[in-house]
Amino acid sequence: MSNYKFFDHTADIGVEVTGRTRKELFVNAAEALFDVMIESKTGGEEAKQQKKITVEGSDIADLLINFLRELLYLFNGEKFITGNCEIIKFTNKELQAWLTGESFNSKKHLIKTEIKAVTYSGAKVEKIKAGWRARVIFDV
Amino acid sequence: MSGIILEKLDDNRWLLPQTGGMRVPGMIYANEKIYQLLKGDESAKQVANVAHLPGIVKYSLAMPDVHWGYGFPIGGVAAFDLDEGIISPGGVGYDINCGCRLMITNLTLGDIKERLRDLTTALYQHIPSGVGSKGSIKLSGKDQKKVLEEGAAWAVKAGFGLHEDLETTEDGGAIVGADPEQVSARALERGKQQLGTLGSGNHFLEIEVVQEIFDEAAAQSFGLHKGQIAVMIHTGSRGLGYQICDDYLAMMVKHANETGIALPDRQLACAYLKSGRGKNYLAAMACGANYAWANRQILMHKTREVFEKTLRMSPRDVNMRLVYDVCHNIAKIEEFNIGGTIKKLCVHRKGATRAFPAGHEAVPERYRKVGQPVLIPGDMVSGSYVLVGQEKAMEETFGSACHGAGRVMSRSQAIKSSRGRSIARELSEKGVLVMAGSKGTLNEEMPEAYKNLQDVVQVMHDSGIARKVARLKSLSCIKG
Repeated sequence: MSNYKFFDHTADIGVEVTGRTRKELFVNAAEALFDVMIESKTGGEEAKQQKKITVEGSDIADLLINFLRELLYLFNGEKFITGNCEIIKFTNKELQAWLTGESFNSKKHLIKTEIKAVTYSGAKVEKIKAGWRARVIFDV
Repeated sequence: MSGIILEKLDDNRWLLPQTGGMRVPGMIYANEKIYQLLKGDESAKQVANVAHLPGIVKYSLAMPDVHWGYGFPIGGVAAFDLDEGIISPGGVGYDINCGCRLMITNLTLGDIKERLRDLTTALYQHIPSGVGSKGSIKLSGKDQKKVLEEGAAWAVKAGFGLHEDLETTEDGGAIVGADPEQVSARALERGKQQLGTLGSGNHFLEIEVVQEIFDEAAAQSFGLHKGQIAVMIHTGSRGLGYQICDDYLAMMVKHANETGIALPDRQLACAYLKSGRGKNYLAAMACGANYAWANRQILMHKTREVFEKTLRMSPRDVNMRLVYDVCHNIAKIEEFNIGGTIKKLCVHRKGATRAFPAGHEAVPERYRKVGQPVLIPGDMVSGSYVLVGQEKAMEETFGSACHGAGRVMSRSQAIKSSRGRSIARELSEKGVLVMAGSKGTLNEEMPEAYKNLQDVVQVMHDSGIARKVARLKSLSCIKG
């Protein structure tokens, strides 16, 4: 079962993400972000790069948005595509993560949709029976 | 519609009564048909949410192209008192000064009919479009600062266009008070490579023909006549604008508790206009707006070059001139008569066009007797309308009108409904040649994803906000 599904929104793209733990929720949300934007062809191995990020937020929903905003900036501003994300420190107000990924290469990566921004609109993170669930709207 | 009940005021207006924490009522411009569409999304609730913000004056408004956005609805207009009111980056939108530019020519349909494919191909090749598209202009730090301060005038000085183009650009193509110091390094970096690019999504460049004139006098003043070839450009401030909005929104969310403003939605995060943060955002937003004007000015110049070169005609024979350039994602400090007193207000137009009437000093001198041109593009088949602002807009909508048809279908619905179809072929059967970088964009932007443009425009016309002047039909369209 996929860890995220898209919900209908007139102008933008809404995504509902789940995870057994909060860390898993965040990692799955990152995957959803790049799934909207990029399709990768297999093969053509690119040199892997690593980046360490620190993100803050006033609560867990704010932290999630700021985490996704950072990944989106790394793509838009530095052409860095996050492939893997390991969260090494996590509280509801701060996280640190190691990102592994590669630079955008038009031969390997196809941009499906431009995400202008990760919005705060209706952003929600909640505890559910099977773990955690979040809703986020991407401005496209 | 989340339990919101609207009261019908007349054929074109619905009142959203003031309840709970709303500081003013809401008002939505819609006919019966558009009202029915409102029931399908959350835009009415967003109109009510905006009414919660401090210092809001008279009404939280929505134009007939209103649809569900984030924070503010798209098609939303709200004005705030300068002393007690706020400024909200989300109320301007990520694409600061996204807007439209309409150019006309001396050409007729007969002049280009056989060359339409060549012209469109040449435009598609010369105007960078698509996600993250880069332009041929590489800005130095010093030049970029000038772009942010001077807007379209910088582009003209750098050889992209004519001085007279500035006369018919809203605000002359630059908002005063732009301060590049208030723009982050990230935003500047993103802006360096994207000047002179169209972008993706609903941004486009269309070759159109004037199909119908509704108001001869105004059309004459704007230089429009039946059968004439025109070009409409729709784009904005690209990554620079998105990043400015994103930076300031995050900052205002972070400090939301300090302002003590209770927000029904975090996306409405804002700062008091009097505060340092509010002033800094306005100065940064002006940079984004000016960048967008420079961008559209450069794209106009490139379009001129492509027409002249492809048709092997002189600039004088093509005579491509600017009818008007409007922004439809912006916050402006403007004066209005509120209960007999002239007051300066900060008007947020998020997906709404300024529509000033005859006589207003902000209307270019050559149009001042008739009023400001209001440019309303529709879906790829519907073409565009030109309207003219009316006095009633000053009384009711803080000098604003709609900005387009407005989406009615979500992107995923559109993609679903396009399965097994070729949208490009369907458009071609309807007489519109389309060139798009991505099939996905084309499917998302399919004509039925939008409201009927005629209905939307008619509401503005019948309510006396902006009068119909001309309708243009699309001949070809390039999209990212």
